[in-house]
Amino acid sequence: MTTIAADISQASYIGQPISRVDGVAKVTGTARYAGEYTAPGLLHGLVISSPVAKGRILSIQSEEARAVNGIIKIYSHENVKDLPWFDLSYKDMNLLPGSPFRPFYSNEIQFSQQPVALVIAESLELARYAATLVRIEYETAPFETDLENNLENAFTPKRGKTGYKKPKNRGNAKKQFTKADVKIEAEYMHGAEHHNPMELFSSTVVYGKDGSLTVYDKTQGVLNSQSYIARVFDIKHKKVRVLSPFVGGAFGSGLRPQYQLFMACLAALDLQLPVRVVLTRQQMFSFGHRPATWQKLKLAASNDGRLEAIEHTAISETSRFENYTENIVNWSGRLYSCDHVKLDYRLVPLDVNSPLDMRAPGAATGVLALECAMDELAYKLNIDPLVLRLKNYTEKDPESGKPFSSKNLMDCYKQGAEHFGWEKRIYSPRSMKQGKQLVGWGMSSGMWDAMMVPARAQAKITADGKLVVTSATSDIGTGTYTIMTQIAAETLGLPLEDVSFELGDSKFVFAPFEGGSATAASVGTAVLFACKKIREKLLSLAKKLEQSPLANVQDEEIVFVNGRICHQDDIECSLSIREVMDRTGTKYIQEKNSDLRAMFKQLGYARNTHSAIFVEVKIDEDLGLISVTRVVAAIAAGNILNPKTASSQIMGGVMWGISMALHEDSFMDHQYGRFINHDYAEYHIPVHADTPDIEVIFVQEKDTVVNPLGIKGVGEIGIIGTAAAVANAIYHATGKRIRDFPITPDKLL
Amino acid sequence: MNRFTYTKANSIDDTLREVNADHDIKFIAGGTNLIDLMRANVEHPSHLVDINHIDLHAIQETAEGGLSLGALVKNADTAYHEHVQSRYPLLAKAILAGASPQLRNMATNGGNLLQRTRCYYFYDTATPCNKRVPGQGCSAINGFNKIHSILGTSAHCIATHPSDMCVALAALEARIKVIGNDGERVIPFAEFHRLPGDTPHIDSTLKPGELITSIELPSKGFETHYQYIKLRDRRSYAFALVSVAVGLELQDDYIQEARIALGGVAHKPWRDETVENFLNGKKAAEDAFETAAEMMMKDAKGFRYNNFKIEMAKRAIVRALVDARDLKTPEPLHCYTYNRHQQQ
Ligand SMILES: Cc1cc2nc3c(=O)[nH]c(=O)nc-3n(C[C@H](O)[C@H](O)[C@H](O)COP(=O)(O)OP(=O)(O)OC[C@H]3O[C@@H](n4cnc5c(N)ncnc54)[C@H](O)[C@@H]3O)c2cc1C
Ligand code: SF4
Repeated sequence: MTTIAADISQASYIGQPISRVDGVAKVTGTARYAGEYTAPGLLHGLVISSPVAKGRILSIQSEEARAVNGIIKIYSHENVKDLPWFDLSYKDMNLLPGSPFRPFYSNEIQFSQQPVALVIAESLELARYAATLVRIEYETAPFETDLENNLENAFTPKRGKTGYKKPKNRGNAKKQFTKADVKIEAEYMHGAEHHNPMELFSSTVVYGKDGSLTVYDKTQGVLNSQSYIARVFDIKHKKVRVLSPFVGGAFGSGLRPQYQLFMACLAALDLQLPVRVVLTRQQMFSFGHRPATWQKLKLAASNDGRLEAIEHTAISETSRFENYTENIVNWSGRLYSCDHVKLDYRLVPLDVNSPLDMRAPGAATGVLALECAMDELAYKLNIDPLVLRLKNYTEKDPESGKPFSSKNLMDCYKQGAEHFGWEKRIYSPRSMKQGKQLVGWGMSSGMWDAMMVPARAQAKITADGKLVVTSATSDIGTGTYTIMTQIAAETLGLPLEDVSFELGDSKFVFAPFEGGSATAASVGTAVLFACKKIREKLLSLAKKLEQSPLANVQDEEIVFVNGRICHQDDIECSLSIREVMDRTGTKYIQEKNSDLRAMFKQLGYARNTHSAIFVEVKIDEDLGLISVTRVVAAIAAGNILNPKTASSQIMGGVMWGISMALHEDSFMDHQYGRFINHDYAEYHIPVHADTPDIEVIFVQEKDTVVNPLGIKGVGEIGIIGTAAAVANAIYHATGKRIRDFPITPDKLL
Repeated sequence: MNRFTYTKANSIDDTLREVNADHDIKFIAGGTNLIDLMRANVEHPSHLVDINHIDLHAIQETAEGGLSLGALVKNADTAYHEHVQSRYPLLAKAILAGASPQLRNMATNGGNLLQRTRCYYFYDTATPCNKRVPGQGCSAINGFNKIHSILGTSAHCIATHPSDMCVALAALEARIKVIGNDGERVIPFAEFHRLPGDTPHIDSTLKPGELITSIELPSKGFETHYQYIKLRDRRSYAFALVSVAVGLELQDDYIQEARIALGGVAHKPWRDETVENFLNGKKAAEDAFETAAEMMMKDAKGFRYNNFKIEMAKRAIVRALVDARDLKTPEPLHCYTYNRHQQQ
């Protein structure tokens, strides 16, 4: 009997720190990325980008380039005809209000680095050479790229993209401000940031004899790319197969089909040959980015530290052709208990490409300002910043009035503070020192949505007892392969080696793009349900077998362990899955999850993840040098499927938060309307030498509402609040409030 | 990138034979700078001569008691060389503050001297730049000039020389040995790099077709009192906003000889002999250091985003002088980052 218990615990994969199942493939280089697929006679494309931000192309002289041996064709608006003119044909699943950018549609230039021509050649080197021979003449027009100079041109968007929530006011913040004991008001600014995943955007398109396309694309959603291609080039969905089994980071940049996909498909269809187009690092700064945002926070509190009013204004840039929206100010109405909240979110259209979701879009920005302002308020009130948060803790969602499906932010504060040693903090700024350096301790709260979106999975078990589960989802480095394998293996009691999970193929069953930290919950639940169906089938087959030892066992007493179907208390009373399949002559069982969501219970609840981040900085004040030396990130994110991959997600997020606080800035040169530090040498992110000790704590949080597995997702929560905690620590060390991000040495001098 | 021809040279003679007025030739050593610039369409040589196989790979003691660093010795091998570590730790420290281990393993001493500015506009052919195309204008003067010069600028160019190694070489008064079809020359370090003036496209006084063969270090290495401070936007893998190389010779508490060179502030590593002369004979104390820093920044001029460099440079000069004075035991030199080091 004990053996079964031992077996069960051994076969339990959910919650175990299992190493990535795709780890070996990745480190040995057998995992192939979009730009690494090849085909006989593969042609290479190089994109030519506009040097001007606004205007028109007057002429394109490409004779010299075309005369080069090995140059196949040069595409531009001049020779690309018959593109659809309906906006709808170019819309993707993000559904931004406006007119999506259409490559090669006309001679109009809408943003700097806009793709204006594509050189197709027998080799990349030839394409790159020929590109230098193409002479393009432009007529320039006046442009605006400066957000701070155009704040007065901001407007309130009526509609937003998928997932946009209009901010909701409550109470009368204005009136409350006039009465309040203590008030603060502060403005915060950060510039644009680019995702810059290591892998460059690439598409390799193989043209089939029947006119079909096999597309290897860097994307966060193969179905998004597939449907875009089908609509733009007017071909049947089933003639386009998009694959993206491995993605070298994306962080949101792959949520929209990027233009190299358009280019590669255009050339492949036209030439009826295989084509690959890879963007350059500089061109990685030509599409979506986290929008530059100006924010203003006003907080009012009673003398004992109770929030009485919150006013949060955010003004972000968008393009002239689409309204990119994010939920920036909404968090200020949801993180703390407060009756009077006024939120204002506006956009300024500029001559730039549309911004794009970047890790924790909206929250990374809004919570940064809110949590810096909370720190400012704490110092105005003369109370500990953590105590201020505790005083304003809310058990229900103050915006909707609904209870949270679960919320254990309290333990994040407690455990985070304890592990960090917060009680040893000396309150006054500039009071902690080590040698010549000032030491600062800062903290922040964080909040993100626990989303679940419709998704499907298909599971197939074969007579040899091997299970293959598929879904058109993706793994952008997050660990999807691993956690789905864990869920499937645990549900059917199979050894991990006998389970494989496949993704990133448009022929698989539906899954939305990987974003919003929703994949684990959405696809994970689909995998669970698909596998449960197989389980039921197997059990009924097993029971029906002649002289089945399980015939009279209640379903509740059945466990699936180590490839066997057993009575939970009696190992002798069992059958192996293979035997069941074999004796019933079943070659395979294949199931899909049927109910896509079936979680109506969710509607009565607010569903969120929370965090408390504690940061230590050491500062050489004379020289303006800031080091983040320690971070404790305490996270409440429901059930953690795999603490190893989940910690990696949080650590990555924390590093990005540090980056946002101290390094990242795509510098827009307003002389040219162009991001000017467009390479890895000058677009700074933290390197190893900047990396502190990061301790990740997952606090217990049981949630029966979000989904059957209690998963909330961990992709985004790590970045949220981290930048504020760093800025607050810098204040604590130096007594200086720097509200213009990133906080680089020049600002600290 | 343009089309080019390529030859591998096996000797200095081989190399010089390739030099011919009809060709826009470039030598290629580690390639860590040249290839990037060719990719960005900034440099377009018609002919590349690969000099990696010439016998310039040695570090040797010289008759005058100094050290000769072969032009093709890798930056990493130079920094970790036992004589460089023990006698010229300032140089080792400066080299190790630059780039990344991978780059230092490729980069050569000759190439480091001739690496070109990191001015964003120089790298981006969509924007005007006098250094790239003489007469186009300078985008940086009214642009994002955070990484640009505050000293020795001209109305035509405000770029900096980005090297760390060269800052130490300037302080050490190294000499550059070169050979061309007109014979051999030795160029004092201070004369090797030039200010932009109205010809910012010319970085150095090396004549077209001349090959650097070695860097000659004089015997004096300031190994007991030195410091290299590099201030930058992150702890590693970033160019200096401001860097300072200091060498001091002290007798009791008095300065016998001071050397100060600055990086990240000018088109060449910046030295000011009046400041060094002022320090010579003075007590090695903070007030003298502060005066020296003020003197050194007397003519400094910012262009908006780089205004901070003036104050930053002053503080870094004082700190480097104090550190050099107080240096007790030579530190073990490994991959070096200033702030980390201070903490441990
Ligand atoms: C991302 C990045 C970060 C970096 N960070 C730093 C930093 O922080 N600090 C720093 O100091 N450097 C830094 N570097 C620059 C690096 O040190 C230089 O690229 C390197 O030293 C150049 O050496 P090389 O041998 O590769 O030169 P190459 O690229 O081969 O050549 C550079 C130039 O020198 C010429 N040349 C080379 N050898 C000779 C010779 N013997 N005689 C005549 N001409 C010659 C070439 O013709 C060419 O014009 C960085 C570089 C990169 C790419
Ligand atoms: S500073 Fe010099 S290199 Fe930079 S844009 Fe001006 S001229 Fe060109």
